[in-house]
Amino acid sequence: MNGERVRMLRGWEWARPVRPVRREVLSVLPELEEGQPPLLFVPGFGHGAWAYAEHWLGHTAARGFPAYAVSLRGHGGSEPAPEATLRAYAHDVVQVAAGLPRQAVLVGHGAGALVVAHALARYPARAAVLVAPVLGGWATFGAALRRNPLGTLPAVFGGGLRLSRRQLFSRETPDADARRHAARLGRAARRAQWQLLTGADPEPAVGRPPVLVLGSPDDRVVPASALTRAARRYGSAPLLFPGMGHDLMLDARWREPIDAILDWLVKDPTRGEVP
Amino acid sequence: MPTPTEHGRPDPETTALAHSRDGRPVSDRGDTICVIGAGASGLTAIKNLVEHGFGVDCYERETGVGGAWNWRHDRSPVYASTHLISSRPFTQFPDFPMPDDWPDYPHHSQLLSYFERYADHFDLRRHIWFGTEVVRVEPVADDRWDVTTRSTGGYGPERTSRYAAVLIANGHNWSPKLPRYEGLEQFRGEVMHASSYKDPAQLRGKRVLVVGAGNTGCDIAVEAAQQASRCWHSTRRGYWYAPKYVLGRPADQVNDTLLALRVPLRLRQWLYHRTLRLTVGDLTRFGLPKPDHRVYETHPIANSQLVYHVGHGAITPVPDVARFESHSVELADGRRIDPELVVFATGYLPRFEFLEAKVLGDDEGVGRPRLWLNAFVPEHPTLAVAGLLQPDSGLFPLVHWQAVLFARLLRLRATRPERAAAFAARVRSGAGERYSGPVKDSTRHWFEVGHADYLRALERALHDLEGAK
Ligand SMILES: Cc1cc2nc3c(=O)[nH]c(=O)nc-3n(C[C@H](O)[C@H](O)[C@H](O)COP(=O)(O)OP(=O)(O)OC[C@H]3O[C@@H](n4cnc5c(N)ncnc54)[C@H](O)[C@@H]3O)c2cc1C
Ligand SMILES: NC(=O)c1ccc[n+]([C@@H]2O[C@H](COP(=O)([O-])OP(=O)(O)OC[C@H]3O[C@@H](n4cnc5c(N)ncnc54)[C@H](OP(=O)(O)O)[C@@H]3O)[C@@H](O)[C@H]2O)c1
Repeated sequence: MNGERVRMLRGWEWARPVRPVRREVLSVLPELEEGQPPLLFVPGFGHGAWAYAEHWLGHTAARGFPAYAVSLRGHGGSEPAPEATLRAYAHDVVQVAAGLPRQAVLVGHGAGALVVAHALARYPARAAVLVAPVLGGWATFGAALRRNPLGTLPAVFGGGLRLSRRQLFSRETPDADARRHAARLGRAARRAQWQLLTGADPEPAVGRPPVLVLGSPDDRVVPASALTRAARRYGSAPLLFPGMGHDLMLDARWREPIDAILDWLVKDPTRGEVP
Repeated sequence: MPTPTEHGRPDPETTALAHSRDGRPVSDRGDTICVIGAGASGLTAIKNLVEHGFGVDCYERETGVGGAWNWRHDRSPVYASTHLISSRPFTQFPDFPMPDDWPDYPHHSQLLSYFERYADHFDLRRHIWFGTEVVRVEPVADDRWDVTTRSTGGYGPERTSRYAAVLIANGHNWSPKLPRYEGLEQFRGEVMHASSYKDPAQLRGKRVLVVGAGNTGCDIAVEAAQQASRCWHSTRRGYWYAPKYVLGRPADQVNDTLLALRVPLRLRQWLYHRTLRLTVGDLTRFGLPKPDHRVYETHPIANSQLVYHVGHGAITPVPDVARFESHSVELADGRRIDPELVVFATGYLPRFEFLEAKVLGDDEGVGRPRLWLNAFVPEHPTLAVAGLLQPDSGLFPLVHWQAVLFARLLRLRATRPERAAAFAARVRSGAGERYSGPVKDSTRHWFEVGHADYLRALERALHDLEGAK
């Protein structure tokens, strides 16, 4: 992703700004301000800020980091937006990030990681974390199709992308919890889903943020090879959590990945290599 | 000693003590870069230099950030009613958008809060020495710079520090340009430059003459139309008074749709003339002089209300001022008017009083630097000026990219000196280049740039500097 020509002229973006919407932002703040950067969690398609409110927000704050989660437009408690594009989702993330008191760490899950990758080209995050990232393209689609043909195929024709409970959660997750979470799933806008497959690659990140990629080799949405590919794009190797499902933040063992993320941040990763 | 800063910035560590040419002690700041001014341009310079790994000391003569947009600053040119003329997407920094629920054309107080948030978000204040004025900048050996500062207002001793590079971001809209007129000394009415106009109460109930139809003159004429007992608006040429909205959208957004479609200038001018003709109409019907140029050949005016108030008879358009008498003003067409207050909205001139004029290539001392990309200085590869632009659009994205380019250049000086040398050659050969279509000859157009042309040139410069990978 390095060495690409920086695009300063953004006539279309300026001429056609993204429409504002009411956005849901949930937050849990540490009792004592300890000078740690805020984390902004970005849910994947179909999920809302609620997915992080379950465990990760509280845990992050308990470890001294201000924790925020946004619901992309059309998701969770944010305003409906049936015509949303990937650009509008990235805009939502950048708007919330720039509204935080200090330079934020962006954490994206699933297709939310792709939204974060786009947002990184428009906001110099302090660092970025891609959790079980779905970075798009037909390979993603192929993998999803093999594992869940009935849930995936309709998405191609504009229907909803349905992920099954067994794809999202490991067997260790209590069934009642899995059902409860699955019942809250919504869907992304049709155009955004289509762009997930066919859209252009994100522009290079600004400000050279360090990027961490993590996921589970047993994820039934994102194959291990996709994790390796995603990490390589940012010049590193993925951190792996065997035995967990795609929704790491809702899994029975949700604590391990978030602790790994915060440990990584405490070590204060330096900025990425100069492009 | 400089007054302590808001965030208690510590004294710069003196790494080594050197001496200036005349024997004064100089604290050597090593690889640190000096930024002059913490207005919008200075702030984005600090942010981008720090982001590229540089240490930065910024000196700011005021006690807060925001420069012109902090209207408490004694040199701020903004007045109570100032709203942006460039709409939000063109005005915000490219990596730190304004809130999307703000209006298309935010108020100056919103701009200030935006710059304050930018400073806090990126933790920039710890690099800034507030209340500290730069009084001298001198080149020394090895392309380094001695920067002498003292407390604003001249209290306390001077102090000199040596820097690896200097970025000047002192703004160019604060030093009034005041035309000379025959008889002005005898005039018994009140006279002021727009820079000291703050509040419509200053106009209330008076017979007011406003001179100049830049955006400032037009705004003040509109306020006088509503507050003063009489308003004459004197211009030395006709202009295109473009509304802030056309076809229901901010005018600059419509224009950039055409730019994005790469519609050539002549066709854009024609379309614009047509659109103005259909919406605003024939200006001479209102008694306004016919423009002596095509649209985009003077710095654009964005004002939907001026023509409207002319239509109400609340503004009387008049020609240039010929001379002043004790109680009246004679106009170029021989008419006499009797204003009590004259507001010169005749613009501003750049000023670099801390630098020898030659350094910026202003050999005749007329005040006009000769630079490449309006920023880079021939023969001085470690000196640049940020924000010395008058764009047909928002300024801040342009300055952001200037700062990025300067940061990358300074980095390559260390790692790839041959690249930096090629850049320096380009600066020499390209100094004085223009980045706009033809414009009328006036000091106000010294720094006029078309934002698309200018950004394209910057993009190319960055690309050439870093080379294809
Ligand atoms: C009425 C008005 C409205 C405008 N509206 C727009 C608009 O809508 N859109 C737009 O893009 N632009 C607009 N402009 C242009 C405006 O100049 C820029 O928006 C912007 O303020 C320029 O920022 P700057 O940082 O370059 O300069 P400034 O804002 O002038 O900041 C320069 C800073 O440097 C400091 N300084 C100067 N000399 C020294 C020294 N020797 N030592 C230490 N510190 C020093 C000053 O105190 C100041 O804080 C407007 C200008 C005016 C006059
Ligand atoms: N956001 C806003 O609302 C806003 C408001 C005000 C200003 N601004 C910006 O601030 C900058 C400065 O604007 P400005 O309006 O103060 O200055 P300006 O653009 O330089 O305009 C000066 C005006 O005075 C006239 N003038 C200059 N010298 C003259 C002379 N000797 N005799 C007669 N007329 C003379 C000029 O005429 P000529 O054209 O013949 O030279 C011009 O009409 C611009 O970039 C502007 O866009 C923005």
